[in-house]
Amino acid sequence: MLRDLRASVVAGVIFTAVLGLAVPALFTGFAQLAFTSQANGSLITRNGVVVGSRLAAQAFTKPRYFHERPSATSPPYNAAATTFSNLGPTNPALAKAVQQNARAVLKLEGPYNPGLTIHQIPVDAVTTSGSGIDPDISLAYAQLQAHRVAAVRHLPLSTVQKLVSENTDGRSLGFFGESGVNVLELNLALDKLGGS
Amino acid sequence: MGQGMAQIAVYTVVLIGLGYPLGLYMASVYTAPRFGGRWLAAVERGFYRLVGTDPDNEQDWKSYAKTVLVFSIFFFVVLYAIQRLQAHLFLNPNHDKGVPAHLALNTAASFITNTNWQYYGGESTMSYFTQMAGLALQQFVSAGVGMAVLAAVIRGIARRSAGTLGNFWVDLYRSLVYIFLPLSLILGVVLLSQGDPQTFGATVSAHTLEGAVQQIARGPVALMLAIKQLGTNGGGFYNSNSSVPFENPNGITNFLEVLAILLIPAGQVFMFGKMVLAKRHAAMVLASMVVLFLVGVAIAFPAEQHGSQVLRSSGVNITHSSLQSGGNMNDKEVRFGIADTALWATATTDASNGSVDGGHDALTAFGGMVPILNMFFGEVVFGGVGSGLYGMFFYIVIAVFIAGLMVGRTPEWLGKKIEAREIKYAAVGALFVPTMVLTLTAISIATKLGLASIFNPAAHGFSETLYAYTSQSNNNGSAFAGFGLTNFSAELGAVALFLGRFVPLLSALALGGALGKKKIVPASAGTFRTDGPTFAILLVGVILLTAGLMVFPALTLGPIVEGLTH
Repeated sequence: MLRDLRASVVAGVIFTAVLGLAVPALFTGFAQLAFTSQANGSLITRNGVVVGSRLAAQAFTKPRYFHERPSATSPPYNAAATTFSNLGPTNPALAKAVQQNARAVLKLEGPYNPGLTIHQIPVDAVTTSGSGIDPDISLAYAQLQAHRVAAVRHLPLSTVQKLVSENTDGRSLGFFGESGVNVLELNLALDKLGGS
Repeated sequence: MGQGMAQIAVYTVVLIGLGYPLGLYMASVYTAPRFGGRWLAAVERGFYRLVGTDPDNEQDWKSYAKTVLVFSIFFFVVLYAIQRLQAHLFLNPNHDKGVPAHLALNTAASFITNTNWQYYGGESTMSYFTQMAGLALQQFVSAGVGMAVLAAVIRGIARRSAGTLGNFWVDLYRSLVYIFLPLSLILGVVLLSQGDPQTFGATVSAHTLEGAVQQIARGPVALMLAIKQLGTNGGGFYNSNSSVPFENPNGITNFLEVLAILLIPAGQVFMFGKMVLAKRHAAMVLASMVVLFLVGVAIAFPAEQHGSQVLRSSGVNITHSSLQSGGNMNDKEVRFGIADTALWATATTDASNGSVDGGHDALTAFGGMVPILNMFFGEVVFGGVGSGLYGMFFYIVIAVFIAGLMVGRTPEWLGKKIEAREIKYAAVGALFVPTMVLTLTAISIATKLGLASIFNPAAHGFSETLYAYTSQSNNNGSAFAGFGLTNFSAELGAVALFLGRFVPLLSALALGGALGKKKIVPASAGTFRTDGPTFAILLVGVILLTAGLMVFPALTLGPIVEGLTH
């Protein structure tokens, strides 16, 4: 028993020193040298200011921007406290949240998409993401929003649609995962383009 | 659906294709008298000298078990202390406070048992020191313990008239240094290159395009993610686990992470076949696992694509098309869609991993039933590193016993007679945890203290409770995450975590010890063959009949009633 305990203490110290500290520290050093941007959170700077990360959704409320999916974090799109909504598939609160989100989308996009009904609203527009900071929206949701953004910015629809497709991440290697549109990168591209 | 099924098919093929060479490699790790070159061997000898063990001095099962227990309890105390004291330790740039006592208790139990159930949000609760030298260290070590025990049990099956099973320190060291560390470094670099952070820098304040301030948590993520996936751990750096882009940035990382969940567990079946010189028997064990895995995906994927009643009746567009994946996107990420999330939910509960790339509480009734069933089977479909296969051994012994009864002969497994003692160990190993799950679920449901943890109303709230105790008792760690932390749930969970880890572990070692002492009897005309498809079918049947029937009444109260009434 005491022999086992002594061995456990020694092994514990060695493992902590090597696997718990030395290896991660060396790995961090390597990461900072070889993959500086990724290692520090894929941050995006504009005019020397960090404006966000390409891997985190941020709040967009103005009509001139593409909007993200709903977020269950507090406050929304908190990239330092990610969370699911955890609303079960039959929870009345989910039904209420979906209806509320759908009404908001109809109100916002309806004027720019004549004849828009709830049946055309893609499901990702009315549901929270897993992380609360899903950086992507579906192509369907992006196309829906493109009409509004083009109108508000007085840009030809085709210009906005071109930016959408430029900021669409296809499946990895053309096969794994699903396509999505990175909203922050798309909005940055729009701002770069100018337009009122 | 076609593209999704193609991804799942490619996944299965790659898993088996990589599992085979890995299994042969792992067999040599545990059987070679001296492993690696002169330099590596010297480092290894140095470790044994410091620890004070003679690598040639093997242990019987009781001695092996004692060392495992002392070692695990030692680290339980250390991990508890680290969490409580983290405010006073270094690598705490975000000034996280000490973890409250009940949470630290549950979390320490959770990580030393290879579970990684998380009643906390990592990025907002744990310092970098705790994440790295506390939690991620246990992701290495607890996985190493599981593999060591498996190696010992397999030796018991392979040997004849032997009193010993191996030396724990040798098995642990080799698991860590020759299996988990190199694989983690490789996967860690790939994840890093794709966007997993690896920094000691603090949380960043970003100034968003609309002029608000956004906090972005970072840390030493990439390496932890690798061992989290490879060691069937599952405890994420971030609260939302691998659905967070910083843990899992794109489709390729998702593929690699979900592959890493089952890679070593698939490899260990080949390792078993090599070590006991019964490749065809191992192939049948693997076949039964593949069948159960595919059945799980075949239920979960269409269920999620079909969507929940709330979403279907809401009127929004949930139809799959080239513009969206559609289906039940609640608590799922766009870049993974339905197929990859359903695949992950199945794989993570086939094994004792418990990481998620979407919220399980939001799964549809039947999509969420698959993980519960997988876990309730004891996570033997590939299973946890080490624990999955030794868990499967219990079912194999029971299957062989039932076959023996049917033909009226003494049952045999790989030349060893299965007698009363072995059946007892296998029965305890297979039935203790399911019994405990039902008991703890009942306690939680019948008490006010237990009910306080429930988040969703009606049948789904029952499912949350069932999921919580199934997950913790089977050392999985995934959750219907609405299920909340109370002092009561933390303590009851800690009981589930400890007993769920060590009762089967001790049963397996006892089984290995008992089998090791036996002679090998030559196969006769009356021997039930364990290397043909009949055996695989029998094995699947035994799993479904023992664990499946036990959980069925509970499922009717949760997912089944939820799925049928809506």
